[in-house]
Amino acid sequence: MTTVTPRDKSDAFDRVWSDPRGFIGWLRTINNVPIAHRYMVTGFAFFLFGGIQALLMRIQLGTPENTFLSAERYNQLFTMHGTTMMFLFVIPFIEAIANYMLPLMLGARDLPFPRLTALSYWTYLFGGIFLYSSFVFGAVPDGGWFAYVPLTSKEFSPGLGLDFWDIGLSVAEVAAIGAAAELIVGILRMRAPGMSLSRLPLFAWAMLVTAFMLVLAFTPLIVGTAMLELDRKGLTRFFDVAAGGDPLLWQHIFWAFGHPEVYIMFLPALGIVSHIVQTFSRRPLIGYRAVVGSMIATGAIAFVLWVHHMFAVGMSAMMMNMFTAASMLIAIPSGIQIFSWIATLWLGRPVWKTPLIFVAGFIAIFTLGGITGVMVSVVPFDLQAHDSYFIVAHFHYVLIGGVVFPLFAGLYYWLPKITGRLLSERLGKWNFWLMFVFFNVTFFPMHVAGLLGMPRRVYTYETGLGWDLPNFISTIGAFGFAAGILLFAVNVLWSGRRGAAAGNDPWGGDTLEWSETSPPRAAQFPFIPAVTSRNPLWSGGPREGIDSYAGAMLAVDAAPTRWRGSVCVTMREARPIAVAHFPSASIWPFAMSVAFVLIFAGALVDSGWLALTGIAGTLASLVGWFWPMDSQGIALDEMRGAAGRGELPLAVHGPVSNGWWGTIVLIIVYSIALATLVASYLYLAQRWVEPEVPDLISGILASAVVGSTVLTAVLNWWAARNSRRERLGIRRFGLTVSTGLDLISVACIVLLFAYSGVGLTAAGHAQQSLFYLFLVFSLFAVLTHLAIAGTACLWTWLAPDDERGLAPAKNGALMGYFVAAGWMVTVTMLYVGPRML
Amino acid sequence: MLAAGCAVFLLVVALLAYVAFRRKARDSTATAETVRSAKRWIIAGGVVLPVVVLVPLFIASVSTLQSLMHDDGDYMTIHVTGRQWWWQVRYKGTAIAGDVIAANEIHVPAGRRVRVEVATADVIHSLWIPNLQGKTDLVPGRVNVMWIEANRPGVSRAQCAEYCGTQHARMALPVVAEPQAAFDAWLARERLPASPPADPAARMGSAVFISAGCGTCHTIRGSTAGGTRGPDLTHFASRRTIAAGTLSNTRANLTAWLADPQAVKPGNKMPRVPLTSQQVSATVSYLETLR
Repeated sequence: MTTVTPRDKSDAFDRVWSDPRGFIGWLRTINNVPIAHRYMVTGFAFFLFGGIQALLMRIQLGTPENTFLSAERYNQLFTMHGTTMMFLFVIPFIEAIANYMLPLMLGARDLPFPRLTALSYWTYLFGGIFLYSSFVFGAVPDGGWFAYVPLTSKEFSPGLGLDFWDIGLSVAEVAAIGAAAELIVGILRMRAPGMSLSRLPLFAWAMLVTAFMLVLAFTPLIVGTAMLELDRKGLTRFFDVAAGGDPLLWQHIFWAFGHPEVYIMFLPALGIVSHIVQTFSRRPLIGYRAVVGSMIATGAIAFVLWVHHMFAVGMSAMMMNMFTAASMLIAIPSGIQIFSWIATLWLGRPVWKTPLIFVAGFIAIFTLGGITGVMVSVVPFDLQAHDSYFIVAHFHYVLIGGVVFPLFAGLYYWLPKITGRLLSERLGKWNFWLMFVFFNVTFFPMHVAGLLGMPRRVYTYETGLGWDLPNFISTIGAFGFAAGILLFAVNVLWSGRRGAAAGNDPWGGDTLEWSETSPPRAAQFPFIPAVTSRNPLWSGGPREGIDSYAGAMLAVDAAPTRWRGSVCVTMREARPIAVAHFPSASIWPFAMSVAFVLIFAGALVDSGWLALTGIAGTLASLVGWFWPMDSQGIALDEMRGAAGRGELPLAVHGPVSNGWWGTIVLIIVYSIALATLVASYLYLAQRWVEPEVPDLISGILASAVVGSTVLTAVLNWWAARNSRRERLGIRRFGLTVSTGLDLISVACIVLLFAYSGVGLTAAGHAQQSLFYLFLVFSLFAVLTHLAIAGTACLWTWLAPDDERGLAPAKNGALMGYFVAAGWMVTVTMLYVGPRML
Repeated sequence: MLAAGCAVFLLVVALLAYVAFRRKARDSTATAETVRSAKRWIIAGGVVLPVVVLVPLFIASVSTLQSLMHDDGDYMTIHVTGRQWWWQVRYKGTAIAGDVIAANEIHVPAGRRVRVEVATADVIHSLWIPNLQGKTDLVPGRVNVMWIEANRPGVSRAQCAEYCGTQHARMALPVVAEPQAAFDAWLARERLPASPPADPAARMGSAVFISAGCGTCHTIRGSTAGGTRGPDLTHFASRRTIAAGTLSNTRANLTAWLADPQAVKPGNKMPRVPLTSQQVSATVSYLETLR
């Protein structure tokens, strides 16, 4: 057996991955590490804002009939507290850790769409600033983080506050979906060779499930918040009972997102815990497969629980019992994981460093939160506990115990990797005990207050109901808990100055991130690892399996040096199949997020010009984004004939490229949006006495679109199939005609929109509102295909020999299938539906 | 349920504590046999334990829910409508005697099942009477039903449990359970219109009430005041609280409320009406006659 001697690492390799300098360079940075840093700092800042809001509320509730805060201010604070913690702290912070750690754990040089990560970050940052600017404009949202209609309708919340909320949130939602696409494709395709799915680190498994959940949960929320905003603008009437709408539709959409959201926050935390238990027990986790199965089961069950947030809205006993059963079911996967950690600790030699202590605190608190969770799944009990302080106690046990404690454990575990310095163990233990003790002092009495009848979301309460003492204790506890958080900040600052150097592997960890330097360089993994076990650093080291791939992998040792590249692997087995080209630093993510903000600001103040400027900016950014990259041209030249030399080929187009998989994620997002519309239609249709049946002309236009979209799909498919040079004619023809057909589809949909507007307005009835929303969605889908197929068409005319032109041709084929199928679903709903009802 | 919950919690924490504090750690080179037995523990703790605890709990949940939603033949019906931020209460009448409309206080006969139909005139509210029943939401476009039964006479506190805007915190009401005879007498009195005030101060107050425009929002049966945006005040003086449980119904509190409702319950829908202190005092005297 021959051992491959790695090439010497050249400076050129470091240089190609380095971040650009200067302020503009700072805006152009797209590497995962610096972007994740910004994510973490921003997320932590929002965590502190949310915490300050909580403290202000606790002061107000410390004594009965307190006048520290006005009713309005209190309502604004609890709205912003919930919104901040959910959307601006936990989710982005988890994305930050995932963006930072996943490439390191998986043995990849970056995640597949670094520009998308940068776009997500900027969009999130601007969305957060947008939301918080409502304080400056004196229009702070006060509808609660759940924003129930009709309280949040224009009629009952006339100010701009809810628009700030709605629009700020949409921005954060877009960022979350972007992150999800990145994580799904990254985890499935950018791994060290040999890291098959059964060897995937548990954090990666957790993030994979989470990323799918993000797509499945946030897409309906985007649709829902869009509906809410359209209703508020007076353009539609989705939630208006008088017009065939239903306020409960909002609750269904919101909780169909809102409950999975809990597990979206919780699953990554479980992944982190598994790693810490493993590392500090000094042995592999017992029950790896059971834990993976539990995480997948949790992710699936999470989508059939949402109605347990709505037990009091008035529904049949049968329905409630079903959701009780489903809610109880989730105790099983949680139980399996808890016992698998305990078993691992049992058989291992636990070393009680701060991260593991936080994990122990998590297990204790979370178990209690889980048990109260089972209690509230019991309907008769829930009808009492619902919307009382018992629930406030329950979900803080779950979210602080189940998410914040593991996040802190994770920070104590990974910060030495991130900063290169160890945190103080002594301060860490103080930090833990302060947080643990005062967490319970704060939140345990809330169970009591709730059982004594104290409802949620009240800015004050009268004395003599037995609520005074528990509230007073909670307020004291909140300040103790805040002191614990402060001590964490102190510890981080202290370690920055005095902390001992961490070295590559301060804990004796098992996963690949511990084989890299602390902090990691911009150019991660000059020598791509190849693994043969779940715990590579405990078996043969990061390159144990490299010999099996020697020939193929040789070309990527400390290379490429003129462009950024990393290895793609097959999904299950993780056999290396190609080298992916990564874009270099780019200003377009930043530019596009600025354009997004213009669009949303235009929507907020009803300024068409502002919105149009934003749309123009977005389009310009898209052109810049997809403009052929010089570095990719270099890569094509360098890699020509690589396969013939027995090396990995360059991934340019088709299933081997990341873009193709990204398109599939986009189609999943679109499908879920469409499914949300269909579900809304079916739900509201129950209330329509006489659904309106569209007339003949409308039907003819719709049929024309059926024809043109199907033909487009077929032609695009045909064009994509004929990828060889000598079939250029077919490709040119297919793409040109399908682009033209897209334009016809667009024209027909616009006509349909205009025609249906004759004699009726969207604001007239919920059925019409949905009709228009379906049309807008379809228009959006067709335009997406038009953009992709149009790009492919341009390639065939302008640079027919360039392989890169095949990427949009093949991606467009995928999108074409969706457009045709999606339009058929739409037509069935809008034209056949009313006849069947 | 509480006991089972505590037991499970203690079990987990005890296991954790044992793992943390046992003197001698196991050998790191666990044999295949110990790993297998650990996996059996995972099944026992993670699957068997929850199933054993949850199945009886589920059965109990289903059967309790059934009895909560059970309706039997003999009951009376009360209709409660939530408004930002007060409650209208309507007692279903008969063909001869119509409905009785009151506000911010529910009276029920003790020992009798009561069907409470709940609805809303604006946003979503939720009626919660912790001592008698859990929550039922008041949703636009729907009439939901909750069943209550007070075993013995007494006053329970009810409150809105769904966030409904600025003064969600100040949307409570007493639920008064009294013996059937007392309830019947109360309802008969409630059915009567208000009698015109006799003493001069109250008469002046009644004139102020009309001239200041209070009647555009409030109804006092027996007078020309017929507004429906605010609570019906026909028998206001017999109620225990002012402004949906915000203040107890005393002369001093009522004076403060009329002088500036926005100071007492900021953001509520009753505007501050500019009245002199004499006018306020006269109006208070008038309202106090509305027994």
